[in-house]
Amino acid sequence: MGIRRMFAAFARPLSIGAFAIATILPAHAQQPIKIGSFLSVTGPAAFLGDPEQKTLELYVDKINAHGGILGRKLKLIAYDSAGNADKARTFVKRLIEEDKVDAIVGGSTTGETMAVIPLIEQAQVPFISLAGAVVIVEPVKKWVFKTPHTDRMACEKIFIDMKPRNITKIGLISGSGGFDKSMRAQCMQVAGKYGIEIVADETYGANDSDMTAQLTKMRQNAQIQAVLNAGFGAGPAIVTKNFRQIGMSVPLYQSHGVASKEFIKLAGDAANGVRLPAAALLVADALPFNDPQKHVVLAYKHDFEARYHQDVSTFGGHAYDGLYLVIDAMKKARSIDKAKVRDAIESTRGWMGVDGEFNMSPTDHMGLDLSAFRMLEIKNSDWTLVK
Amino acid sequence: MSAQLLQYLFSGLTVGAIYALVALGFSIIYNACRVINFAQGEFVMIGGMATVSLIASGLPLPLAALLAVGATTLVGLALERFAVERARGASVVTLIIITIGASILLRGLAGLVWDKNLHGLPTFSGDRPIAIGGATILPQSLWVLGVTLVVVVALWWFFNRTLHGKAMLATSHNRLAAQLVGISVRRVLLVSFGLSAALGALAGILIAPITFTAWDVGVMLGLKGFAAAILGGLGSGPGAVLGGLALGLLEALAAGYVSSAYKDVIAFGIMLAVLVLMPSGLFGERTAERV
Amino acid sequence: MWAGLGSARSGGLLALGAVITLLPLALANDYFYDVAILVGLNAIVCIGLNLLIGYAGQISLGHAGFFGLGAYGSAILTARYGWPPLAALAAATVAVALLAYLVGRPILRLRGHYLAMATLGLGVIISIVISNEDRYTGGPDGMRVPPLSLFGHALSGERAWYWVVGALLVLAVWLALNLVESPGGRALRALHGSETAAEVVGIDSVRQKLMVFVLSAVFAAFAGGLTAHYSGFITPGRATFLHSIELVTMVVFGGMASTFGAVIGAAVLTTLPQLLAVLKDYEMVVFGAVMMLTMVFMPKGLVPTLAARFAPRERT
Repeated sequence: MGIRRMFAAFARPLSIGAFAIATILPAHAQQPIKIGSFLSVTGPAAFLGDPEQKTLELYVDKINAHGGILGRKLKLIAYDSAGNADKARTFVKRLIEEDKVDAIVGGSTTGETMAVIPLIEQAQVPFISLAGAVVIVEPVKKWVFKTPHTDRMACEKIFIDMKPRNITKIGLISGSGGFDKSMRAQCMQVAGKYGIEIVADETYGANDSDMTAQLTKMRQNAQIQAVLNAGFGAGPAIVTKNFRQIGMSVPLYQSHGVASKEFIKLAGDAANGVRLPAAALLVADALPFNDPQKHVVLAYKHDFEARYHQDVSTFGGHAYDGLYLVIDAMKKARSIDKAKVRDAIESTRGWMGVDGEFNMSPTDHMGLDLSAFRMLEIKNSDWTLVK
Repeated sequence: MSAQLLQYLFSGLTVGAIYALVALGFSIIYNACRVINFAQGEFVMIGGMATVSLIASGLPLPLAALLAVGATTLVGLALERFAVERARGASVVTLIIITIGASILLRGLAGLVWDKNLHGLPTFSGDRPIAIGGATILPQSLWVLGVTLVVVVALWWFFNRTLHGKAMLATSHNRLAAQLVGISVRRVLLVSFGLSAALGALAGILIAPITFTAWDVGVMLGLKGFAAAILGGLGSGPGAVLGGLALGLLEALAAGYVSSAYKDVIAFGIMLAVLVLMPSGLFGERTAERV
Repeated sequence: MWAGLGSARSGGLLALGAVITLLPLALANDYFYDVAILVGLNAIVCIGLNLLIGYAGQISLGHAGFFGLGAYGSAILTARYGWPPLAALAAATVAVALLAYLVGRPILRLRGHYLAMATLGLGVIISIVISNEDRYTGGPDGMRVPPLSLFGHALSGERAWYWVVGALLVLAVWLALNLVESPGGRALRALHGSETAAEVVGIDSVRQKLMVFVLSAVFAAFAGGLTAHYSGFITPGRATFLHSIELVTMVVFGGMASTFGAVIGAAVLTTLPQLLAVLKDYEMVVFGAVMMLTMVFMPKGLVPTLAARFAPRERT
C-alpha cells in the first residue's frame, strides 16, 4: 500500500516531466544548425564559387550522414551573389535576419567580403571568408576570419624562391580584377624587403585576348630577370602562352590564383617551367608519406573527385577548411552560441586543414604561415614540388 | 617598321578579325529588321562551348565544329521564330530588351548545360609561332584572318550576286516594296538570324584556341562587336569589317604605346569622337527622315 | 467616387504614399526593409531614366555610369576629404549634372542605336576609370563609405532609411509628374512623336533633349550617392554596363512613358531575384525567360498594358 501511495504521489510530476522531455527534446533535436553561405556561383568569379558550393554541399551531407553534430543535423543555406557586392550585402542580411543562421562561411571575392563586414560586425555572427586579400584580416576584426592564404604570402613565397636563383630585378604583369590589383599592391610593398626591384609594371584587361603588346615591352627591357604574373582567370593562361610565343626565356612565376589543373590544360606546353606557390592539395599524391598534410588533402581529393568527377581546386579546399573550422569550434564549445563559437575559432591551434596548419590567435585571424604554401613547378604538364 | 609595332599590328588584326565577324552578325540582322540583337555574343559562346563538349565526347574537330555551327544556327532561328517574330511592331527599346533577355537566358542555360570553367580548343594547325620581321604570329591567327576574308568575300558574293541575297538586300532597303514584289519577309528574317548565328559560332570556334571560351565570354565580345558595327556604320557590311579591324588595332596600339590599363577607354573614346564627327559611323547610310 | 480624388496624378501619388506608409506592417525584419529601400533607390533612378526613354524617346545604355559617379563622388569626398556627407552628396550630384551637360551636347545629336552606343561607351569609360584609379576609389574591391548624417546624427538603420527613401521617392514621382504636365513636358512628348515636326513648331529639340538628359543623370547620381551612404560600401560593379541594362529593363518592363510604371518596374525587377534565389542554378534562366516573355506579350510594359485592360475608355 505504501508503494502504491508513493507511486501515486510521484506519478503526476513524473508524467508531466516525461511529457515535457518527450516534446521539448526532440523539438530541440530537430532544429538543425544553420550554416549560411554566399558564394559567386555565377558571374565572373564562378570558378571560385562553383567548387566552393560543391564542397560545402558535399561535406554537409557527409556530416549529416554521420548524425550531424551536437545531436543535431546541419542545414546549409547558400545564396549566389554572382561576384556582386550589393547582392552579397542583401543576401547576408537575409541570412542573418530572415534565415537566422548560426555562422557564415562564404564570400568568394574580396569585394563581396569587405562589403558585408560591417553587417557581420554589427550582427555579431562568426564569419569565415573564402577570399584572398590580406585586408580582410588586417586590421583584425573580431568576428571575421579567413582560410585562404593571403596574397601577401604568395608574393613573399615567390620572392624567397627568387633569391637562390639570383633574381633581383623583375617585371610585374597583372590584370584589372580585384585579386590582381590587390596582389600587385602587396608585391610592390614587400619586394624591397626581399631585395627585389620591380622595374616594369604592365596591366591587361580581364577580358583581353592578347597580351603580346605588354610582354613585348618587357622583352625589350634587358634588365628583367624574371616575370611575375599576379592574376587569375583566363589572363594568366593567355600571358603564359604569349610569353612562349614571343620567345621570352626568363623564368615566369604565376600566382596561387591559377592553382587548378585547368590552367595547365589551357596553357598547354607553354606552362612547363612555370613556378607558382600553391596549397599541397595540388600535389597530394606526390607528397612524402610522412607529410603532416597528406592525410587530409588525399581524403578531400578523393571525396570531391568521387562525387563530382572533376579535378579538385584549391578554392574548394578553402571552403572545406572554413566549414570544418566552424564545425570543430562548435564541437569544442559544445554549443552554437555565437560568441562561444567565435572564441573557439579564435583559439584554434595546430588544426590541420587542406590549406595547411591553422594557428589562430586574437591578432591573427588567418592562421596560416608560409609553410602552408608549397613552391610548385610545372613539369610535363603536371605539378611537381620544388625542393 | 619596328618589330614592336609589327607585333602590335598582328595582335590587333587577329582580335579585330573576330570583332569583324561579330559585327557582321549585328549588321545582317540590323539590315533585315532594324533590331540590334544583343544575344549575338552568346552565339559566339555557344559555337565555342558546343565544339568543346563535342570534342570531349570523341568527335574530331572538323565534324564537331560543323555540328556546333549547325546547333547555333538552330538557336538563332529559334530566337527569331519564337521571340522576335512575335514581337513584330514593338518599339526599338522593347526589342532590345527582348534580345537582352534572350542573352541572359542563353547564358544561364550554358551555365547549366556546360560548366563554369574556361576551355580551350586545339589549334587548327599547330602552335609553332611564325616569325615575321622580328615579330611572331600564331598559325591560328592566320586562320582567323584567312577565314574572315573568305567569309567576307562569300557574303559579298551572296548579297550581290545571288537572288536570295539580293532579296535580303531589297528587304533592308524597303520592306514594303520587297513584299510587293513577292519576297517573303518572314523568310528573310529567318535567314538573317540563322546566318548571323552561324557567323558568330564560326568566330567563337576560330578564336577559342587563342583566347579560350567559357559560358560568359559572350558579354564582352558582343559589346565590342556592337561597338565595331556602330563604328563602321550600322547596316554596312564593309563598315562592319573595317570597324572591327579598326577597333582591334586601336586597342592593341593603345595598349602598346599608351597604357594597357586604359586601352579600352582610348578605344571607346575614339569611337565616341568618330560618332560625334560622323553620326552614322564611317560607312553608315546617311539617313534622311521623312515627315 | 474616384473623380473626387482629383486627377489620376494626385490619386496615384496618394496611393503611393499609402503603400509606403502601410508597407512596414508587412516587413517582418531588417532584410525586408533592406529590399524595400533598394526598390525605392532603384525607382528614383528609373523615374529619371523613364523621362529620357519613355517621354523624350531617347535611349541611354550608360546610366549606371552616372549612378556610379554620384556614388563614388559622394563617397570619396566624405571618406577621403572629410566633407560633411550632405554637402558631398550635393556636390557630387552637381558635378554629374555638369558632366552630363558637357557630354550630352555632342552626343545627343546622334539618333537611335548610335545614341545607344555612345551612351554605352560613355558608361564603359566611366566604369573603367573608376576601377583603375584605385588610389581614390579603392579599385575593383571597392571602398568603405561613411554614413549619411543629418545635423550631426548619423542616419543608420534600415527603418530610418526606409522613411527617408520613401519620402524622397514620393518627391521624385511628384517632380516627374509635374514635369510631364508642364509646357516643357509637352515639348518633350512632341519631340518623341516626331522630332522634325517639333522643330517646325519652334521647339529647340537639342536643348530639350539635353535638359532631360541632365535631369535623368541628376536622378541617377543622387540615388547613387544615397545608395553609397546607405550600404556603407561601394564597388565599381554599380557603374557597369550590366547595371545600365538592368535599369533600362526596369523602365521598359514597367512601362515607358509612365512614371508609376517606372516605380513598378523597379519594384518587380528588384524583388524578383530575391524570390528566384531559391532556384539557385536556374535563377538566370528563369529571369531571362521572364524578361523575354513579358516583353513579347506586353510590349508596352506592365503598367500601360494593365491600364489599357482595366481603365475605362478615355474620351479623346
